[in-house]
Amino acid sequence: MPAPMAAVIAATRFGFAPKPGELATIAGDPRGWVAAQLNRRSDFSPTGLSPGPEMVAAMLAARRDKEERPELKERLKATYLAELDARMRAAILGDAPVLERLTQFWSNHFTVSGMRPFVRGVTGAFEREAIRPHVTGRFLEMLMAVTAHPGMLLYLDNAQSFGPDSIAGRRQSKGLNENLGRELLELHTLGVDGGYTQADVEALARILTGWTVAPLRDWRPGTFRFFQQIHEPGDKVLLGRTYHNGGIDEGEAALRDLAAHPATARHIATQFARHFIADTPPADSVERIARVFRDTGGDLKQVTLAVLREEAVWREPFAKVRTPTELLISAYRVVGTKPEPGLAFMALKKLDQPPFLAPSPAGWPDVASAWVSPESVVRRTEWCQTFAERLADVPDPVDVMASAYGEALPEEVQRAVRHAPDKRAGLALLIASPQFQRR
Amino acid sequence: MATRRDVLKLLGGAACACATASLPSAAFADIPSSRRLVVVLQRGAMDGLAAVAPLGDPDYAPLRGNLALKPPGEANGGLALTKDFALHPSLAAIQPYYGKGELLVVHATGNGYQTRSHFDAQDMMESGLSAKRGITDGWLNRALAPLQKGKDRLGLAVGGATPLILRGAVPVASYEPAGFHKAAPGFVDAVAQLYAGDKLLGPALQEGLKAQSFSDGVLAASMPGGDAMKGAGGFGPKAFKPLCEAAGKLLAAEDGPRIAAMDMGGWDTHVAQGAEPGRLAANFEGFAQGLDALAQSLGEAWRDTVVVSMTEFGRTVRVNGTNGTDHGTASLMFVLGGAVKGGRIAGDWPGLRELQENRDLRVATDSRGVMKAILRDHLGLDGQYLASRVFPDTGAIKPMGGLLRA
Repeated sequence: MPAPMAAVIAATRFGFAPKPGELATIAGDPRGWVAAQLNRRSDFSPTGLSPGPEMVAAMLAARRDKEERPELKERLKATYLAELDARMRAAILGDAPVLERLTQFWSNHFTVSGMRPFVRGVTGAFEREAIRPHVTGRFLEMLMAVTAHPGMLLYLDNAQSFGPDSIAGRRQSKGLNENLGRELLELHTLGVDGGYTQADVEALARILTGWTVAPLRDWRPGTFRFFQQIHEPGDKVLLGRTYHNGGIDEGEAALRDLAAHPATARHIATQFARHFIADTPPADSVERIARVFRDTGGDLKQVTLAVLREEAVWREPFAKVRTPTELLISAYRVVGTKPEPGLAFMALKKLDQPPFLAPSPAGWPDVASAWVSPESVVRRTEWCQTFAERLADVPDPVDVMASAYGEALPEEVQRAVRHAPDKRAGLALLIASPQFQRR
Repeated sequence: MATRRDVLKLLGGAACACATASLPSAAFADIPSSRRLVVVLQRGAMDGLAAVAPLGDPDYAPLRGNLALKPPGEANGGLALTKDFALHPSLAAIQPYYGKGELLVVHATGNGYQTRSHFDAQDMMESGLSAKRGITDGWLNRALAPLQKGKDRLGLAVGGATPLILRGAVPVASYEPAGFHKAAPGFVDAVAQLYAGDKLLGPALQEGLKAQSFSDGVLAASMPGGDAMKGAGGFGPKAFKPLCEAAGKLLAAEDGPRIAAMDMGGWDTHVAQGAEPGRLAANFEGFAQGLDALAQSLGEAWRDTVVVSMTEFGRTVRVNGTNGTDHGTASLMFVLGGAVKGGRIAGDWPGLRELQENRDLRVATDSRGVMKAILRDHLGLDGQYLASRVFPDTGAIKPMGGLLRA
């Protein structure tokens, strides 16, 4: 393996790609660099971004008053671009790329997608408020923050879920919506093979009734609110355990138990291993990571460090195909410039991964087969050329290659880049190379 | 791919707004008769010996072998310019301008440096310096400095990012088509080569390209004007024409920009260059049709226009092992426009008997002499400024005489 390969793996698999000069600082101790990243302060700046509840309140207002709608439309667009820009800035120009990757990984795990228009204004805020603070913290804390976030409660309909026998449910003859209950089990915690039944889905939905969003007339509209009068009364049985008649404490206890469930450890370990090792990760790696999850009570910093210890990570360079988002961030990161958010959005839309707009609560797929099709590879190739053609200041591609990979690329790629007809073509070839298409 | 509508929208909307909206006509009062200059950068090293073939040179046909252009009159033969020189048949779209006395060929030109690296040579061609050290701006931007009055933008970068030649202290406008577009064939080939051993990406790319060419064929056949707009804003040879049309309209506007730079790639023909037809022929065709479109869309303003092409170096005289040509030395410049005293071939012909390093056409005319003449006689720049600031330390290179109509 060429000398800097471990550094390349550290930079690309755990971060996005080395920014100019970064590879040299990683090369001395690639594992140590990743580990140290977990203790860094994030350099993400939320300056100028609206809190989630404020956006939710604005959307509630527009739902009530027609006159508010044109203004909201403008605000949603501006918010989307500002959120995207802040996220891109940290990922492309920042010094804590591992924290940024973890943020995007968990944000995808707990997807809130603007494909449902009603949450369009709050997807970025959700990531900032419910995901970011917890990526090196405890899984349970993230799960709590996510489940209580107005973005998630609206996205998966829990805000409108009424206990059928609750006071408000009976008065308004409204009933249960089990959307959040199901996705919590299937996607967020146990996994689809986690051994739960339809009765468990309904039980969790009942447990979570009353977890909703404060209405406009509330003193703090758009924030999380538990309303006892829509909470389903009575005991509930989830996964064989009885949750006695109570209030918000039922949900808190259920989330605690779900976070500690062995199936959750295995589910998270599988997703982590798939993200950081290979589309089909080795079973023993998954087992070891799951054990750390269990033994540390879901300490996500320890779980990330466990991945780092897996030999399989370091054995196989370029094992993962970059998603369009990873490709775009990495391409800009290696040249050290950030695109305008509108340009980034247009590019990612054409590459089928518009930010904050995943097609379903399952988020974006994390395997190559989802991203490599004949049409998509042609479009990726086109984008590589467009990217290089549009750069205001085009660096020497030979320098970029050296600072991003040292000597780690195959000779044929190095030769193609060196002999390209102009700098932009050379840079485009580097970005299009099979190695840059992967991480 | 941009549709016709996208392009029109752009012309009428954002692009025009950024390029022209804030330019009062008074900004041009000091420029001699509102003259226009367009510099076309042919990146990748255009083969000057293929563009304008020295058929009268006895060494040409033997040295060029199967890439030699056939004489005028034969099938796919060259288009006679003089008794010794013929234009490549795929450049037919600019031949009429030669007949009208509006096209001048300056053969055997070079840019004053010895390097066969595209990156270095393009940097120097655009910076106007003779060493790679300390490049921060381009010579066309420095030429703008005395012309630029106030904060309104006289310079225009056409198609994407501002090239080095136009970068510098003087702010310039830019026009770029929306979206992102079909990749250039040369680039696709290079990528395909890198993917050849890749079991995942290789077959996907091949399959995708096949599907793309199929749908292009269908669209071109079924949509009126579909073929004309195909590749608008893209990177292949057909992408040049829509850019030229846009540039012409912007430059023609009364309060529009006056001095533009644009790129056309695809000239690095190491492989399967072809005499006629071939990849180089397709590029020539796109180039010539683009220049013709530029002239058309400039309308009346064509009278006051000079278009000049330049490339970073030429190509080897002999054919290489893959039916192409490698990096050489001298190439040529096309000087085109209503303000040009054309209909002839300018500059000395160094001949092919003695070659540079026994492989390349030697340089007879320094391109900076051509540019100095245009900047002085067409735009009224001071000779001293040209020799010290625009092309520093080039006092010895005199502006080439008689390029323009009096």
